[in-house]
Amino acid sequence: MTRHFDTLVVGSGPAGISAAICAAEDGAEVGLVDDNPSAGGQIWRESLGKHKPLSNVAKWHQRLLAAQVVSLQGWPVFDHPSARTLRAERGGKVIDLQFENLILATGARELFLPFPGWTLPNVMGAGALQAMVKGGLPVTGKRVVIAGSGPLLLAVAAYLKSAGAEVICICEQASFAQLMPFALALLSTPAKIEEGLHYRGSTWKIPFHTSAWPVEANGDQQLRDVTLSIRGKRKTINCDYLACGFHLVPNTEVAALIGCDRQSGAITVNEWQQTSISNVYCAGEPTGIGGLELSLIEGQIAGLVASGQKEKARSLFGQREKWRRFASRLSKAFALRTELRSLPDDTTLLCRCEDVSYGIVRQHRSWRDAKLHTRCGMGPCQGRICGSAAEFLLGWNDGLVRPPVFPALISSLVSSQAHAQSEMQNTQEV
Amino acid sequence: MSGSFDAVVTGAGIVGAACALELASAGMHVAVIERRGIGSGATAAGMGHIVVMDDSEAQFALTSYSQSLWQTLAPELPASVEYERTGTIWVAADDEEMAEVHRKLAFYTARGIPVEVLDAQSLAEAEPNLRRPLAGGLRVISDAVLYPPCAAGYLLEKAKQEQPALELILGQDVAAIGSGRVVLRDGTQIHSPIIINATGSFAPELTPGIAIKKRKGHLIITDRYPDFLHHQLVELGYLKSAHSSTADSVAFNVQPRKTGQLLIGSSRQYGAENSGIDRDIVSAMIERAALYMPQLANLSALRVWSGFRAATPDKLPLIGPTEDVSVFLATGHEGLGITTSLATARLLADHLLGRASAIPLDPYLPSRLVNDSASPSTVEMFHA
Amino acid sequence: MREEIAIQINGITLTVLAGCTVASAIGISDLACRTSVGGQLRGPLCAMGICFECRAMVNGQPHTRTCQLLCEPDMDIHTT
Repeated sequence: MTRHFDTLVVGSGPAGISAAICAAEDGAEVGLVDDNPSAGGQIWRESLGKHKPLSNVAKWHQRLLAAQVVSLQGWPVFDHPSARTLRAERGGKVIDLQFENLILATGARELFLPFPGWTLPNVMGAGALQAMVKGGLPVTGKRVVIAGSGPLLLAVAAYLKSAGAEVICICEQASFAQLMPFALALLSTPAKIEEGLHYRGSTWKIPFHTSAWPVEANGDQQLRDVTLSIRGKRKTINCDYLACGFHLVPNTEVAALIGCDRQSGAITVNEWQQTSISNVYCAGEPTGIGGLELSLIEGQIAGLVASGQKEKARSLFGQREKWRRFASRLSKAFALRTELRSLPDDTTLLCRCEDVSYGIVRQHRSWRDAKLHTRCGMGPCQGRICGSAAEFLLGWNDGLVRPPVFPALISSLVSSQAHAQSEMQNTQEV
Repeated sequence: MSGSFDAVVTGAGIVGAACALELASAGMHVAVIERRGIGSGATAAGMGHIVVMDDSEAQFALTSYSQSLWQTLAPELPASVEYERTGTIWVAADDEEMAEVHRKLAFYTARGIPVEVLDAQSLAEAEPNLRRPLAGGLRVISDAVLYPPCAAGYLLEKAKQEQPALELILGQDVAAIGSGRVVLRDGTQIHSPIIINATGSFAPELTPGIAIKKRKGHLIITDRYPDFLHHQLVELGYLKSAHSSTADSVAFNVQPRKTGQLLIGSSRQYGAENSGIDRDIVSAMIERAALYMPQLANLSALRVWSGFRAATPDKLPLIGPTEDVSVFLATGHEGLGITTSLATARLLADHLLGRASAIPLDPYLPSRLVNDSASPSTVEMFHA
Repeated sequence: MREEIAIQINGITLTVLAGCTVASAIGISDLACRTSVGGQLRGPLCAMGICFECRAMVNGQPHTRTCQLLCEPDMDIHTT
């Protein structure tokens, strides 16, 4: 099956939603494709249509409903069969999405760093546990330790508490000294203060430790306890879940497959949010981790430019600049400390798909050599988890992305011409 | 890094690694220079199929000799090399191909290669996921598979054990070789009376004018499906399809890995120089494979990639001396590099050391093509 | 009021609310999703379709990611 759009947006988080809305304003045919069952990405997961009526989320959701945007939820994009086509697959069915303009809003994923015991069931990311709870996992009365880095930890703590969990503590790896300038600079962004206070208000009883991180997770079939290092002192806590993520890294795989230039792990864009390929735009976290407001601004700019509304886009440049400064403060505040490189020992697994230990991997000179000779990064996740960790631990960077971006059925790799012949009778809705 | 050696090998793919091992075992002070990593070229891209071929007497001699060398080495190969004697089944789809099965049977049996004819029933039992009906096949029992980058790594490790002074220089690009010198891109010069060009499809960069062309191929690797496939399966239909002619072609060729993953191939392209994925070729390859194994279509593909084989006009490699007394070739193995790496290295070492060889070197000498390089017959052969 | 859905996990019937993901349903059953190639039990790590630790056999199809998959009536799920 093939659909054609003037503008195709990949990713229905805040950046994608705002981009799609703006791209559709002039009557253009806009498609919004995303791998999750419903729109919202990570930060607005399960929130669209369910939030308080006058909240930010609700306003954007209303605009999305009002816009003439074709929504394609649950369709992971896995290939780029020709210059103006992306291909997505669901349950063996394939859809070719043709476009004049492409806006990539593929968001970010949590950075996972290995430490002994990190592979135990019930050790997962911070956003991950939140996603699992939103996906139906009950945590009432469950003991949860939250660790890692980034503002996400506070947001997750507040959410889990509201879901009935007993959040024992929050361990932020950054030092108090490193966080302070960020906290002070929040004075220049009142909205964030309010947000921060809201989180802190709901979590004020939960101990928030800085210079703190997990050193070991223990258990037999699943997590039983976590040993934390808190400002140099060890503390072991019994818990049901360890929600641990070390801030975020951009999802750049689709952009890399298409051939967009990257630098330092992010997609390079000009002032119009254009990548190195003129009809391909990028907005939100893949251009550099910057948070919700920056994603919304960049999404709008990309959508406006894609639909030929450059002057409107230009009017948002000032706000973008402001939120970029915020993003820069954010990344400085939550920069990862070097102690985290010593968390894994040689027997700690680095590659979870192929069970390859850190000790084996780091004998090699480069990511590519490690992949070839140890199978690390050769499993289904294709290095998204272990590769990002290896980049932090060892400074390695390969970045070569081959199709499919996500595992796809062999039958889905067959080209569109052949597919069109066999799918000619298939006119189901998406 | 010292400045002079008994022998320098350029290229740390499986052929270069095998050469390094042979020469180190003979007591030579060897250096191996590689611009990327061990086994990172065609060695990384191809299927690690160790197969005896019957396209010509010379090809048979080289592949069967080399296969026996692999068999001797097999017991000491570490688990990471994933060596397994899966055997090959040459699959016949109809009576014409079944006749070819019997021809091959006679050929291999006369030369002592253990083979077995499978009729339709026994083929189905040997490989339940093949479609029915097929006519049958020829099972070559002693064929094997392995994981090439780790095999190359092991050969070099063993070479280093034989000769602790062996130097493995990675990440260095060679700019030129000749007259007893290897010149690196950074200007460093290394002296050696013996320089072996084992750089695969890049060999003409160092030895201009040799008859090597890039022949692009694609492979797909799946997720783990243990017990889906037991042997390496290759169709005999290539006789009918354009697989050996000038048109881009595909053929059914699948391999089980020890992990339970399947490698799906194969494709051959002429004149394609870019390393991107050619989706039309991949599509055709999948459709061809699905003709033989329909259930392949439902397996999960993890990755598709391409690579370049080093092809010569007559399908035999270039092993031996060049016009420069210090430069020797060990390249042009097309799709048989893994299989023939060990014999290539042994033959070359025999030549360099003046030892008698188990099989004649003549059919693989580079000089066989040199005088013909401008002649119409070679040009025809290349494009025929 | 969200409807209830009956699914099977390892042959045992579980009732979940519509909108529940298969990964969360497996979590409700206090099971691990899969066994790693080295024999370790594993559950979801990223819960957003990237880590592949949440894979299970769903309706006969192996290697199915479960964190983005919504439960459907009579779904047959097997942890591996």
